[in-house]
Amino acid sequence: MPSDSIAGIAMASTQSTIQIVPTAPGHKRVKSELMRQRLRAASWFLVPMLLALAIVAGWPLLRTIYFSFTNASLTNISGAELIGFKNYLNWTVLKSGRVIWSGLLADPVWWNAVWNTVRFSVLSVTLETILGTVVALVLNADFKGRGIVRAAILIPWAIPTIVSARMWSWMLNDQFGIINDMLMMLGLIDHKIAWTASSDTAMIAVLIVDVWKTTPFMALLILAGLQMIPRDIYEAAAIDGVHPVKTFWKVTLPLVRPALMVAVIFRLLDAMRIFDLIYVLTPNSAQTKTISVLARENLIDFDKFAYGSAQSTMLFLLIALMTILYIWLGKVRFDGGDR
Amino acid sequence: MLHSALRAGLFAGAVLTASATMAAELAIVSGDSGNGLAFLQSQLKNFEAKTGNTVKIVPMPPSTTDQFGQYRLWLAAGNADIDVYQTDVIWAPQLSDQFVDLTDAAKDVVKDHFPSIIESQTANGKLVAIPGFTDAPALFYRKDLLEKYGKPVPKTWDEMAATAKEIQDKERAAGAKDLWGFVFQGNAYEGLTCNALEWVKSFGGGQIVEANGDISINNEKAAKALEMAKGWIGTISPPGVLAYQEEEARGVWQTGNAVFMRNWPYAFALGDSADSAVKGKFGVSTLPAATTTDKPAATLGGWNFAVSKYSKHPEEAIKLALFLGSKEVQKNRAIEQTTLPSIMSLYDDPDVAKAAPIIPQWKDVFMNAVPRPSAPTKVKYNEVSSLFWSAVHDTLSGNGTAADNLEILEGKLTELKGSGW
Repeated sequence: MPSDSIAGIAMASTQSTIQIVPTAPGHKRVKSELMRQRLRAASWFLVPMLLALAIVAGWPLLRTIYFSFTNASLTNISGAELIGFKNYLNWTVLKSGRVIWSGLLADPVWWNAVWNTVRFSVLSVTLETILGTVVALVLNADFKGRGIVRAAILIPWAIPTIVSARMWSWMLNDQFGIINDMLMMLGLIDHKIAWTASSDTAMIAVLIVDVWKTTPFMALLILAGLQMIPRDIYEAAAIDGVHPVKTFWKVTLPLVRPALMVAVIFRLLDAMRIFDLIYVLTPNSAQTKTISVLARENLIDFDKFAYGSAQSTMLFLLIALMTILYIWLGKVRFDGGDR
Repeated sequence: MLHSALRAGLFAGAVLTASATMAAELAIVSGDSGNGLAFLQSQLKNFEAKTGNTVKIVPMPPSTTDQFGQYRLWLAAGNADIDVYQTDVIWAPQLSDQFVDLTDAAKDVVKDHFPSIIESQTANGKLVAIPGFTDAPALFYRKDLLEKYGKPVPKTWDEMAATAKEIQDKERAAGAKDLWGFVFQGNAYEGLTCNALEWVKSFGGGQIVEANGDISINNEKAAKALEMAKGWIGTISPPGVLAYQEEEARGVWQTGNAVFMRNWPYAFALGDSADSAVKGKFGVSTLPAATTTDKPAATLGGWNFAVSKYSKHPEEAIKLALFLGSKEVQKNRAIEQTTLPSIMSLYDDPDVAKAAPIIPQWKDVFMNAVPRPSAPTKVKYNEVSSLFWSAVHDTLSGNGTAADNLEILEGKLTELKGSGW
């Protein structure tokens, strides 16, 4: 988790360095010597970080992409041979003239995992954004003990995912789990629900835990955005007698939007590559198997290292595509300004 | 007197210097915790005292899938930090290239072990690992409840289901609301492959993939076995059983909430511990069969010790593996942990019989043990198993009939097999 936040921040900072360079048309300024000097210094300061990124992120990524075009297996990694796009798509023509398609793009298991990943990402990020906004609005208000509440709300985020997933898997246990026990006592359900076992509730169980865990993160990022909004706008609205709900839609939301968009993209990137939670909670359920879980299964368990690499590569491309689309359609800027 | 003391001192000195020159620092992996880990530590102390080597335990996650993944990565990277690996019975053909051949080192002790177990650890004529203990599941039953309702220990699955249903209904009417008839391992994982293989095999439906590599799973008897198991879900088994592994099943059983349980012998010692609700109230028997004339089946399990090809001290590591699989250690393990020895003579050992009376009984269970198709399917075994448990899990959850799912499974296995395993 920390690694991708760092990557995220790194991305944000590269973006903001780009903003320094005055490229906008109509603003053609001659670069002063001082400016050029500053840029040079900045790029030198960036070198160690770029180097670190190239070693820990770039190199493994290139290796994964390379392996996806080979027939590598874990028992014989050095003997890998290039086989082109066969891991992605391949076909054999039978004697009868029938064509049989194979490879990743013809694999229903793969497409099921893609669908699960997208479904999980959209649902969890939507829920977390709404709940995170509500929590942030509450925390933004002045009340006694606000500091303690702000710290307390971060606890789910601070617990390592493996630990919280284990904890929840016992809480969601059908026979002696506390969730079923509480719901039974309240009379909300009349029989014990097999949360992680039943194909109807497996995804719901995963969503519950993810929302519980990640809402604090969203709330924190949105809260930071809320605190940037000048108080006098609210005073003006109150003096004009604007209804608080209308104030929210017309004042708060537009002004917090840049922070919100950045928070959403961080979460979306994170959700697309969800692994640990599902691996612990429902590792083999076809209803919740995401791309990362599937890729690990092929890489390690099935001795299909190359095939798993192809899946990882596709996941990388998918996330890249989603990010580009999101930034382009949402006109997101990472320096905090709006449009 | 003085003379002999002097000689003893000299001898001890000689031993010390000898071991100082040869002493190696070895590392062994262990996914055990609690009692199991304490036992391993006590045995390693004996080994250290005997050989002068030191052995470090590298802890592993309890899930065997996680262990396997970690071993794969370490071995692929040629990691020299681990000398001795503990391996599941099904891993030998998949990891054989990365382990030392023990054929020569173990030639004197091989004949003491059950031949079927030695065979399971032999890949391409190479003894990949030395057996540490074997494992075969059994039917755990509540003696007190069967006596209360005047029922015999069931011999067939139908009898088991009928007894379970009757006791469950009557006990629930009497106030035991959380009681279920039968718990097993229904989660989509390796354990479900073991459970379902037992149902299919006891119905005469084969072993998924036969020893010669033929795919046999798509047959009427196998379909019947799976339909029978599907009938249990929600009637005598809780719907949540579809997410149970060994420990969840034991949780329900040990709190006194199940009449029958299918589990491995480790659950015996734990169920008989002081804080158990079923202490002294249960017995074990062979798993049921389809009819009284059919033979019951129990999936062969067990753990073995293998020596990494990348070990810096292969000779000392081989000694450690042989020591941990020796009669002495297996006997201690049987007495303290109720695990089944892989050495035949220990089943008639009076000390073992006294400390763990169920072990001689387990010989019958073990005689019916059936191997998973890891030998014929080689490196593709994990995928075969995954396809099989998915088909079974789908059937049990009501996604498609057993016949349909097995037909699809046959197609997928044929594709996976290609021109050969």
